[in-house]
Amino acid sequence: MAATIEITGLRVDRGGATVLRDLTLGVDGGVVTGLLGPSGSGKSTLMRAIVGVQVVVAGNVNVLGLPAGTPALRSRVGYVTQSPSVYGDLSVRENLTYFARVLGVARIRVDEVIARVGLADMAAHLVGRLSGGQKARVSLATALLGEPEVLVLDEPTVGLDPVLRRDLWDFFHELADGGTTLLVSSHVMDEAARCDRLLLLREGLILADLAPDELLRRTGAADLDAAFLRLVEGSAAG
Amino acid sequence: MSASRTAATAGRVLSQLRRDPRTLVLLLVVPCVLILLVDQLFAGREQVFQSVGVPMLGLFPLISMFLVTSITMLRERTTGTLERLLTTPLTKLELLLGYGIAFAVVAVVQVVVVSIVGFGLLGLNAAHSEVLIVLLAVANALLGMAFGLFVSAFARTEFQAVQFMPAFVLPQILLCGLFVAQDQMAGWLQAVSSVLPLTYAFDALDRAAHDPTLGPRFWSDVAVVVGATLLALALGAATLRRRTP
Repeated sequence: MAATIEITGLRVDRGGATVLRDLTLGVDGGVVTGLLGPSGSGKSTLMRAIVGVQVVVAGNVNVLGLPAGTPALRSRVGYVTQSPSVYGDLSVRENLTYFARVLGVARIRVDEVIARVGLADMAAHLVGRLSGGQKARVSLATALLGEPEVLVLDEPTVGLDPVLRRDLWDFFHELADGGTTLLVSSHVMDEAARCDRLLLLREGLILADLAPDELLRRTGAADLDAAFLRLVEGSAAG
Repeated sequence: MSASRTAATAGRVLSQLRRDPRTLVLLLVVPCVLILLVDQLFAGREQVFQSVGVPMLGLFPLISMFLVTSITMLRERTTGTLERLLTTPLTKLELLLGYGIAFAVVAVVQVVVVSIVGFGLLGLNAAHSEVLIVLLAVANALLGMAFGLFVSAFARTEFQAVQFMPAFVLPQILLCGLFVAQDQMAGWLQAVSSVLPLTYAFDALDRAAHDPTLGPRFWSDVAVVVGATLLALALGAATLRRRTP
């Protein structure tokens, strides 16, 4: 059976430079796949290609067996951008109520997802007055509304405190156990340990595709940070 | 086409405006103050006020909605909400209709308030019903919205978006016939004037105010305004790209 996300020969150019070069990979459901790499390595661009908002030069991106971005996919794929894309001049609940109506999701989901991201006390607050981490959670809640089969999350836990980060990662695993396909990007290596599978991206190429403990074993490093550095520097030298 | 998604979008845009009471007050109060100013400016020259009052009243919403739409849409583009919306089942048509409904509602309120001041307090007269003036003003508001939507694609910052007002709308106001009748302009200005949509918006208002018969010119004016609105909306929709570089 084909993977949930199937990418073949993907090439993306942005601003005259090649960001992704001839990328081929598959992402399966039921696990949390981490997309890691230094900033500028093409993580966000790859995610944009998967949700179908990125102009691509060559290659194919199929999600759930359909070309990325086709209308039939739009209620089945959830996407959270790196910077929170929600309305600052509306309250948390107003934001979610709007997106619930756009997605055709029952109103009851609004309070469910607000509680899920730990913002029940802030539901009536204007998003513009929230902290960066809280805004990020509103943005994440929006993507959870429709219970999509595929969730593409671009650095969803940036600026969150450790407790909240742990809770969200536990939640991601709950979703994956239920069959959801999760692709989560991060540049924080301690989050890599929470993924079932790691894709290490560097200069638009997949440097490694393996489980976190395998990464440690292969590099002989003490922690993932060191392992990643060793891998990156090893590839740069070679 | 989903009525529910369109209505949700209109409601959302109105909620955003409601959250900004200062803008709402400015939208409602400024046109009233300006029309009062014009009334005082031409005190003792009643016929001047009568000739410019109604067209002014009907053109305010165009300027207001141009500015409000270009900024709102620019924000949608820069904060990523537009990109997010385009990854949802919401279609461009639903988004544009939602915007159109919301701003038409605001335009109706704005024009009714200015009309109460103009017709009620300052004694403006129109050959035709005030309702017709309000309808024309709403059509102009939608034209302004369509312009604003289109130019928002060419602005990267709110400063730039605001500068499009003097660049895009002011020349049309100067040449529409409000200050100098079109047939008294230099030949090349007449030619320019005749391809600008505001010239037709002004002419329709002028006829509704002063021409007891209206006549075919009035209806062709209205057709041009509606056509220009649809054209600008189509061009604006083309700038709402789901896939971006």
